[in-house]
Amino acid sequence: MHELTLMQSVLQTVEQDAAQHGINRINKVKLVIGQLTMALPDSLIFAFEALKPGTMFSDASLIIEERHAQCTCHSCQQEYKLDDYFQFVCPTCGSTDIEVEGGKELYIDYYEGD
Amino acid sequence: MKVKLETRLLGANELIAHNNRTIFSNQGVLVINLMSSPGSGKTTILEKTISRLKDQIKIAVIEGDLYTDQDAQRIEQQGVKVVQINTEGTCHLDAGMVSHACQELLADNPDLLVVENVGNLVCPAEFDLGEDLRAVVISVPEGNDKITKYPLVFQRADVILVNKMDLLPFTDFDVARVQKDIGLINPKTKIFFVSARNGDGLEEWSSWLLEQIHAKGRTKLM
Repeated sequence: MHELTLMQSVLQTVEQDAAQHGINRINKVKLVIGQLTMALPDSLIFAFEALKPGTMFSDASLIIEERHAQCTCHSCQQEYKLDDYFQFVCPTCGSTDIEVEGGKELYIDYYEGD
Repeated sequence: MKVKLETRLLGANELIAHNNRTIFSNQGVLVINLMSSPGSGKTTILEKTISRLKDQIKIAVIEGDLYTDQDAQRIEQQGVKVVQINTEGTCHLDAGMVSHACQELLADNPDLLVVENVGNLVCPAEFDLGEDLRAVVISVPEGNDKITKYPLVFQRADVILVNKMDLLPFTDFDVARVQKDIGLINPKTKIFFVSARNGDGLEEWSSWLLEQIHAKGRTKLM
């Protein structure tokens, strides 16, 4: 993933929106990141820390909520969380008729500022 | 003050990709995003596929590379229209680049548009171009661990071509393991075992591709 580019677009988006609300300082930014996007929280935090000095984000904290992909097997109705190895096969019955829900989130949830 | 945003990142690319997809659908052109590591044989597969299909359908190509137009020159020799994108360092194509590059190609009303992405198994997987099919090439000398090492690109593939099968006797590449790994990660994907060099498997691949092109093209008439 391109975490630095992503973070630049986070800061830019928040900055533009903050201007419309008359907000000059940001205290907190919250992101939601799905497992399937392969965006790395550690790299996002690193990018945030690297970009924030001297900006309206200089005192802001970054909160990242990670969302797992939730799988449902259509054959045996077993529900399970996708593990780190991306196997789209039911661990109970071996069926590949799997529905995957979530895990593709990649968005700014909210920000706080004054 | 707390401000709820719910703004998607990569949103700009998704918007352009959506736009591309609408344009491709209206034209009834099948668009393939061809991805792989550098050197696994994307361009050679493309040359051989074009030479098999060019008498039956109209083909256009977008070539993505960091530098040079060597690949575009190779494709041009096949007698099809091609536009080269040089990303000058960027490791993937995005929807905006494709949107610019496809304009003059679409004026010709092709049945098939192939976008050959920059050779890279990581970043191209994350950028939707508006394509119908994601085709990923893996080649025998790369080793059979690539599926599990780079899961995203294979997990999102509609079709996987295992190339350089003629080199199989000289390596310890494990075909059964690759099939098993693909089955675990992306059980619905189509797999073709090919050798672009000696032509093995290209007949099956080309026939399948032609079926997809006709299926998409039928929407053009409706």
